[in-house]
Amino acid sequence: MLVQRAAILVPGWPSSPQLPPARSSILLRPETRAVESLRPARHWLVVVCAGLAGCTSPQSALDPAGAEAQSVATLFWVMLVGAVVIWVAVIGLSVFATKIRPGAYGEKAGLRLIVWGGCVFPVVVLTALLVWGLQMMPVLRAEANGPTIAVSAERFWWRVAYGVEGEPGVAKSLPEGGVPSANEIWLPAGLRSEFLIGSPDVIHSLWIPSIAGKMDAIPGRVNRLVVEPTKPGVYNGVCAEFCGDAHAQMALRVVVVSPEEYEAYVARQGEPASVGADDEGYRRFMENGCDACHTVRGTAADGMVGPDLTHLASRRTIAAGTLPMSLENLASFVGFTHRVKPGVQMPSYGMLAEDEITAIAGWLETLK
Amino acid sequence: MAIGNKTRDNLWTLITAPTIWGVHFLLCYGSVAYGCAPNENIFQTISGFRIFVGGLTAVALAAIGFVFMRALGEWRRNGGRIPHEEDSIEVRERFLEFSTVLLAGLSFIAVIYTALPAAMMVDCR
Ligand code: HEC
Ligand SMILES: [Cu+2]
Repeated sequence: MLVQRAAILVPGWPSSPQLPPARSSILLRPETRAVESLRPARHWLVVVCAGLAGCTSPQSALDPAGAEAQSVATLFWVMLVGAVVIWVAVIGLSVFATKIRPGAYGEKAGLRLIVWGGCVFPVVVLTALLVWGLQMMPVLRAEANGPTIAVSAERFWWRVAYGVEGEPGVAKSLPEGGVPSANEIWLPAGLRSEFLIGSPDVIHSLWIPSIAGKMDAIPGRVNRLVVEPTKPGVYNGVCAEFCGDAHAQMALRVVVVSPEEYEAYVARQGEPASVGADDEGYRRFMENGCDACHTVRGTAADGMVGPDLTHLASRRTIAAGTLPMSLENLASFVGFTHRVKPGVQMPSYGMLAEDEITAIAGWLETLK
Repeated sequence: MAIGNKTRDNLWTLITAPTIWGVHFLLCYGSVAYGCAPNENIFQTISGFRIFVGGLTAVALAAIGFVFMRALGEWRRNGGRIPHEEDSIEVRERFLEFSTVLLAGLSFIAVIYTALPAAMMVDCR
């Protein structure tokens, strides 16, 4: 029963494996049809509303919830307004010169306009923008006063460790230790936390648009990103550097809370799982070799290949932002791994019996 | 046939200024990167390198300024006029001088932009 319900969440399964991926079939088509059925005059309305709605979201650099995102947004708006003013002036001038009063000025005046308007003016504007941008950089990269968090970008998920000790640099890998987690990063609001960012495989890029700019995760070096979230809330982060098949499904949630809540959360994540080893799901988990790749602290499972599952069910999503956390989705991820997330570096367990998957998913769901 | 000029312009005099810009860029970034490697201590100051970049910039700007003035002077004195579209050695010379002036102007600004970060950054961040 459970697996049949899971099929609803994984459209196209199991009768028609040749269907295109779920997203295009279920999400895009009805929307496109709705837009098509509107009369042309309304198209603008839809575009404008969609545009404005896009500005306020948990994943918008124009809806800043962090110090760096705030600077980026300010820069963006100033440059946008400036660009519009310059564009209007240039187009106005060209209309004036070609339509309104052609031949009003001689070649000399034209040359003078090019030298002042085309050389001197851009140099002054660009210099001002460069100086403005440069003076922001040391401030945004100032010393952190919050926790240091290691973020390892791995195909196609995020390994997280709270409270590590280390520094950035080249020809090195991320520091060991810390409280392990995955695909969800909690941050204390109002404090400047430091990410140490690395990768064991290919280049990725960590981007949490509402909070800060991007920082690349490069194998063999440790990059540093200081973030200062200002508004509590749940935000979306993505991998912003193409890294393979499942790149588009390599997201993460960022949860900004008060410093006290942050401390309590990390302490909770540091505890072993409070589950019984006599559970049917646990037995199946071990029998099927899930423990070769996954750690559940407090049990015998200590694999290091995939995400730490000790407190899996306390996270908001499954498989790096791919599905919302729920019993059904856990079952569909374990049973139809590659349909949910094509290209994922975890084997599919579709051959398991339905009740086996149900038992494993049920056990995973107790890992709060 | 007398060509009104002191320096005979050619492709080498044309690319002198951009070459200075390129070498300046390389030395600025290369030296600071060398000083900060392996970039573990990001709050380490780079005062010495900033002085080096400052001096280098002064030399580069002076050299580019010289190229600029030389080419502009010869162009002006010999009655250079745009457009240079006549098929003669004389006009070719004026054309090269004028192009040199433009490239030197561009290189001058570029060298300043290259040096600006060093003017404003104080450490390896
Ligand atoms: C070969 C190693 C490997 C094995 C074996 C394996 N997994 Fe995974 N697992 C992974 C990897 C890698 C990921 C990360 C996938 C992603 O999101 O890109 C993952 C992700 C997961 C997730 C999502 C975790 C999260 O943080 O959202 C769950 C749940 C999971 N696996 C359960 C299982 C179960 C149950 C089994 C056994 C039936 C199993 N895995 C066997 C490698 C493995
Ligand atoms: Cu990636």
